[in-house]
Amino acid sequence: MSNERIEGILAEFKNPAELLKAAEKMRDAGYKDYDCHSPFPIHGMDKAMGEKRSILGWMVGPVAFVMVIFGFLFEGWTSTIAYPLVISGKPLFSYQAYGAVAFAIMVLTSALTALVGMLALNKLPRFHHPVFYSDRFAKVSDDGFFVSVEAGDKQFDREKTKAFLESIGGTHIEELIAND
Amino acid sequence: MSVTVKNNSITPVLEEPPLITGNQTFASITEKISSITETKPGKGWALGFSIAAFLALILFGSIGFLFWEGVGIWGLNNPVSWGWAIVNFVFWVGIGHAGTLISAILFIFRQRWRTSINRFAEAMTIFAVICALIFPGIHVGRVWVAYFMFPIPNQMEMWPNFRSPLLWDVFAVGTYFSVSLMFWYTGLIPDLATLRDRAKSMLRKRVFGILSLGWRGGNKQWKHYELAYLLLAGLSTPLVLSVHSVVSTDFATSVIPGWHTTIFPPYFVAGAIFSGFAMVLTLAIIARKIFGLEHIITINHFEKMNKIMLLTGMMVGYAYGMEFFIAWYSGNDYETFTFLNRAFGPYAWAYWTMITCNVFIPQLFWFKKIRRSIPAMFVITIFINIGMWFERFVIVVSSLSRDFLPSSWDYYAPTIFDISLLVGSFGLFFTLFLLFIRYLPMIAMSEVKGVMPQADPHYYEKHD
Repeated sequence: MSNERIEGILAEFKNPAELLKAAEKMRDAGYKDYDCHSPFPIHGMDKAMGEKRSILGWMVGPVAFVMVIFGFLFEGWTSTIAYPLVISGKPLFSYQAYGAVAFAIMVLTSALTALVGMLALNKLPRFHHPVFYSDRFAKVSDDGFFVSVEAGDKQFDREKTKAFLESIGGTHIEELIAND
Repeated sequence: MSVTVKNNSITPVLEEPPLITGNQTFASITEKISSITETKPGKGWALGFSIAAFLALILFGSIGFLFWEGVGIWGLNNPVSWGWAIVNFVFWVGIGHAGTLISAILFIFRQRWRTSINRFAEAMTIFAVICALIFPGIHVGRVWVAYFMFPIPNQMEMWPNFRSPLLWDVFAVGTYFSVSLMFWYTGLIPDLATLRDRAKSMLRKRVFGILSLGWRGGNKQWKHYELAYLLLAGLSTPLVLSVHSVVSTDFATSVIPGWHTTIFPPYFVAGAIFSGFAMVLTLAIIARKIFGLEHIITINHFEKMNKIMLLTGMMVGYAYGMEFFIAWYSGNDYETFTFLNRAFGPYAWAYWTMITCNVFIPQLFWFKKIRRSIPAMFVITIFINIGMWFERFVIVVSSLSRDFLPSSWDYYAPTIFDISLLVGSFGLFFTLFLLFIRYLPMIAMSEVKGVMPQADPHYYEKHD
């Protein structure tokens, strides 16, 4: 077929320890566009892959900070300017009463940012990805441990990468071929 | 050569018993939990679902009639303007708290045993809060203007009164529901991917494929995922304490004797966790038995939960005692009367039911044998569920029925519609819960796998 092209290579590893070792070797060999897939997060994998800490906290923190102030000011604005209403002789700007709602607004918007931000950083939802060409890859959510290298990586070479993955203990090495 | 410490040489007393028993592998966990959602449920499920769905229909029917006729169909009278609807609201919100405590606070404290029960408990939270939200929603009377509660710009240029605790409630409980739902869904994503990968039929492949958002389990994804999970846990942690505190201010900021006390927020929170754990345990005992999950939800999990109930039960007992003490110590005649009236007045039967169920019966958990006996704990949790409903009944109804003016006193009795709404809300709760255990993984597979000894890369150094 003319449109056949390789989009990546997938290799399977036996257990979390082997995957961790493989990740270290991939990192040392200079690969960037690769990922280690596992059914659960593996402790120490970020370090092994040379990954930096997620920046999600820097998205949620500012949202929390801004939204708690917004909530507080919004309550003050509605009860003093937009719709002043004297109830049981209480002062219009009763800041003591605004805490609960300002807090709720902060938590709600921060949680939304955490979820949406996580999906955005992970580029999800994404229903089409080279790793899904492999049938074996279905094991990843059960008890499979995989390393995938994308063809876009600078180090990527169809034969050399395959040989390298084999040399670090990968089995069932598979080419991820797009057929379209 | 560095010094090596053999794990075996450490005194075995310090070693925790394994969280998961029965020599499970990653695959056996996947199989055990996913297969529940993939096979046809037994007759028991169908029967339970029919009953629950029938009761839920009663709920919707009663709500329909309520909208048609008005809140006069309830047993409300002149002093008792808050009846069962508010009792049920506080009861259901309270039930939810255990789920959030297990999913958020125990996560922050690295209590790894939570992984076996957290999905389950979070689902219970969401369904309980749905039941809770119905009651204040229908209690407003004119439901067609319920949108007044939200700060929506409108042609009347009208805004809600943010100084009212009832409005705080709208935000607190609304936020609680939304955040719980987001937290639950975040936790579900890897497990939905498992169901997607195991799916045989096109329909299941499509549905779980869409719901799992194309999750690939790559570490570059786990990195963000784990931080999002931690942040959501961190955001939910204050919610456990704040939501029921805000609910308690509905009462505490009023001037009614018996309501106007500063002990209410911590007292309500302790009661919420107490009742929530009782409900989690009631449901977990049944589900564990029916689906054979004895190796994943072990007796050790139950014992830990029983200890939490013993603790929070005593906090509640302390609050009951302290309310009495302050009523006497304040020298306020109205306060003193209200509390004497609770214990010896027309609602004494409800008060002593509450004390018996919430304070006396849980003391049985001091005995290790009872903490580890499934029939015993099942019965005790039912008592606690009943007792905690009565606690809210005592607070709401006995305080209102006899306030400052004896000429306005009246006795409150529920009507058939109060009863149908309470029973119906249980129907809705169980309908949703049964659907959940039928169609979604009721135990967080990826999290359980993560706490198994095989998940630790160091495990293989010793065993190879």
